[in-house]
Amino acid sequence: MPISAISLEPDPPEAEPGFLAKLQSSAADVADGFGDWAIFAFRAVTGLPTRQWKWNEYFRSAFDVGYSSVAVVAVTGLFIGMVLAVQTYTQFHAVGLDTSIGAIIHMSVVRELGPVLAAVMLAGRIGTAMAAQLGTMRVTEQIDALSCLGVDPVRFLVTPRVLACITAIPLLTILADLMGVVGSTFICLGVFRIDEYHYWRHTENFVKIFDVCVGLTKSILFGGALCLITCHRGFRSRAGAEGVGRAATEGFVISFVAIIFLDFLMAMLTNTVHGWLYSSIGPRLA
Amino acid sequence: MTPLFRLQNVTVRFGRQTVLSNVTFDILPQETLALIGESGCGKSVTLKLLVGLLAPTEGDVLFEGRSIAGLTPRELTVLRRRVGFLFQGAALFDSLDVFDNVAFGLRAHGGVGDVEIADRVSRGLADVGLPPAVAKKMPVELSGGMRKRVGLARALVLDPEAMLYDEPTTGLDPIMTDVINELILVARRRRPLTSVVVTHEMRTVQKVASRVVMLYPHSRLGPGESQVLYDGPADGLLDSPDGRVPQFVLGEARDRVTERRTDEIDD
Repeated sequence: MPISAISLEPDPPEAEPGFLAKLQSSAADVADGFGDWAIFAFRAVTGLPTRQWKWNEYFRSAFDVGYSSVAVVAVTGLFIGMVLAVQTYTQFHAVGLDTSIGAIIHMSVVRELGPVLAAVMLAGRIGTAMAAQLGTMRVTEQIDALSCLGVDPVRFLVTPRVLACITAIPLLTILADLMGVVGSTFICLGVFRIDEYHYWRHTENFVKIFDVCVGLTKSILFGGALCLITCHRGFRSRAGAEGVGRAATEGFVISFVAIIFLDFLMAMLTNTVHGWLYSSIGPRLA
Repeated sequence: MTPLFRLQNVTVRFGRQTVLSNVTFDILPQETLALIGESGCGKSVTLKLLVGLLAPTEGDVLFEGRSIAGLTPRELTVLRRRVGFLFQGAALFDSLDVFDNVAFGLRAHGGVGDVEIADRVSRGLADVGLPPAVAKKMPVELSGGMRKRVGLARALVLDPEAMLYDEPTTGLDPIMTDVINELILVARRRRPLTSVVVTHEMRTVQKVASRVVMLYPHSRLGPGESQVLYDGPADGLLDSPDGRVPQFVLGEARDRVTERRTDEIDD
């Protein structure tokens, strides 16, 4: 009789767990997953000062993240600026505040929409690609092969990607900001014929270097978070095409939620810091 | 003789699923051990335990008498550099050509110049019977047998003390199966090498193994029962010329289940 013919009794059926048991199990899974991610992220970030990764891997990732995303980020930024201008004009024109539109839109773009939209676009475009690429490497045992060849796979594969994201995404955010300003200016000055002098004067009074720094700080945080989340999902991908697809989807969804959550935390923090810095010179529109 | 590897009462669980249960056996220096058993009985998991890619849930895996779980990351890296691994699908790096795949470990370990790397890679490819022209091909351009041979070359250029083969002949035609079996034998002849071969192919067992460990599926065992159904010389298991499992092994499997049923009825 061949080995495969040894079949003497079926597996006993498992009892279906109750609602509370399922809830407990889900909570434990979430806590496990977060702990696992924290260790993974620590290992990747502490790899930066080591030589366990290659510069060519960094340049390849930076090219994918940065250069290949220029067009999509530029177009997104341009249209966001234009849409904001159209929507805001109706409201502000009714109360005679047309010339303040530039200040409001530019502040929104530089502090919030530029960093958030650039990060979300890149989470969809780059994050899912990284999760799928690393997931495929996981299921084809290439990550195990790296370990067996004496290479730390997290530091070899993830550390250069983190560095690529935290250097390239701020540059893309600056591009998104600029294109947002171009888009809104085109609509406000070119279409709605708002007074140019006061449009720029209000922008100059309202948007400070602090706001640009806040936007860029956010973009660095978002870049690091989306990279670490999507790479982690890829590393923990389950077997098969479905497993890799699920890793890519989870990577995008979790990084999107993380970006919004970090944006909220940064808004709270920067408002407090802004209060400390500017309380002595009064409110901005005074 | 001190074993190179020792599995002591090893149990592995993934969540609620038990993959290995109470497995104990030794792997002696310079022997070729075949690890056989049905699909899903934990053979590949056992191989991954030996290089610390997985950790046992219970029990211990020892390398030269030291627990792998107690090794520092640096010591684990050193262990992995001493042990070659041929993966089931060869696990070649998609983005690198054959030359860079084979050279990868040499470059990662450092201390080897470009000229020596080129020399060792071409010798490695020749050792597994691949022509120099293959060096510039990408993995996607290779057949299954060629991929396995490149994977073998990648492991062997590092001069490992032990080789772990995860189903080296699965999915290959009979001729290529013989080629891979022959390469396993040649690798052992060329250097003092401990080999562990996970396989379903009884022809491979017959040809390369000096000792056989047969694992029995955990799902058909009682609590705490060992999965090791047979641990002994290959000749003792392979007494059947058509490569089928002999009756005494099947008899032992039936006895275990019968004892379990009797115990359950008594309870």
